[in-house]
Amino acid sequence: MSENNSFKMGLRDGIPIFLGYLSVSFAFGIFAVGSGLTIIEALLISMTNLTSAGQLAGVPIICSGGSFIELAAAQLIINLRYSLMSVSLSQKLGKSVRLIDRFLISFGNTDEIFAVSVSKRGTLGRKYFYGLILMPYIGWSGGTLLGAVAGNTLPEIVISALGIAIYGMFIAILVPAAKKHRATALCIITAALLGCAFKYIPGLNSISAGFVIIICAVPISLIFAAFAPISAEENDEKEAQENG
Amino acid sequence: MVDFAKFLSYLLVMAGVTYLVRMLPLVLVRKKFENRFIRSFLYYIPYAVLGVMTVPAVFYSTGSMLSAAVGFIAALTMAYFEKSLITVASTACGAVLIVELLEKFL
Repeated sequence: MSENNSFKMGLRDGIPIFLGYLSVSFAFGIFAVGSGLTIIEALLISMTNLTSAGQLAGVPIICSGGSFIELAAAQLIINLRYSLMSVSLSQKLGKSVRLIDRFLISFGNTDEIFAVSVSKRGTLGRKYFYGLILMPYIGWSGGTLLGAVAGNTLPEIVISALGIAIYGMFIAILVPAAKKHRATALCIITAALLGCAFKYIPGLNSISAGFVIIICAVPISLIFAAFAPISAEENDEKEAQENG
Repeated sequence: MVDFAKFLSYLLVMAGVTYLVRMLPLVLVRKKFENRFIRSFLYYIPYAVLGVMTVPAVFYSTGSMLSAAVGFIAALTMAYFEKSLITVASTACGAVLIVELLEKFL
């Protein structure tokens, strides 16, 4: 299986993420400044955290003078899903990825960057990852800065339309995979139904969204791995068909 | 309001925890898993994660549930025909924009 190590291709794959991040981080910038942080502080949070839910949860804790323990615990629970994604992502790394690259790439392992990289065929090289991470990083930081500075000057309708970009991207990854493999389709549908349960059922909907991802995705994946295991040949075959 | 020095301590805690949960597994898991069950588990993880993250959140991602639903259907259609990520994402955005403009002026 060949390794994809093109910086340019990574850059191109990062563009939809860049668009989606602009709108989400724009909203974060407005929120952070509205909560009492300075423009520089809002920007620093986005440049060092690169995560949406964790940042949104962290700002009120910081602004209300909460404890470090509270802040750390909130970040741990909301962001623990990244550990799961990092384990999964570790299997996609090609031979060109050195130890130092692992330290750097992991910083950019967001939901969306993870989603795009695991949807690619074969293994991925370090140049591809740096290309993939660059545009979203600029979008996330730049959008935060714009939101913090310009506040409500951008027409609401444009922010609103950009809000669906990230989900459009997820759908573009999910649907083709569901078409090719029945168990994958069932897995996605089960996950979506559980997502609804945790949104609408009283009690369940008080659990943090970041944590919901773990308590849904782990059992679902275990069950599907047990009842519909994937064989290496099956994977290769699918890839051969896709390439052909 | 917090002073900047205190803010930097908060920033360190927040960014530190977020980085560690991402970095540790990627640095510690250095080999490819051979076990079929583990491989299958890791194969399903992204789909389960994305499924949970997309539904129902997509319906709350825009100004109205109607525009989001139309954007969702537009994305499903484009994705069914296996268009690229950028095409699917921008079609969804375009559909949302059109519906919201109609909602505004009708």
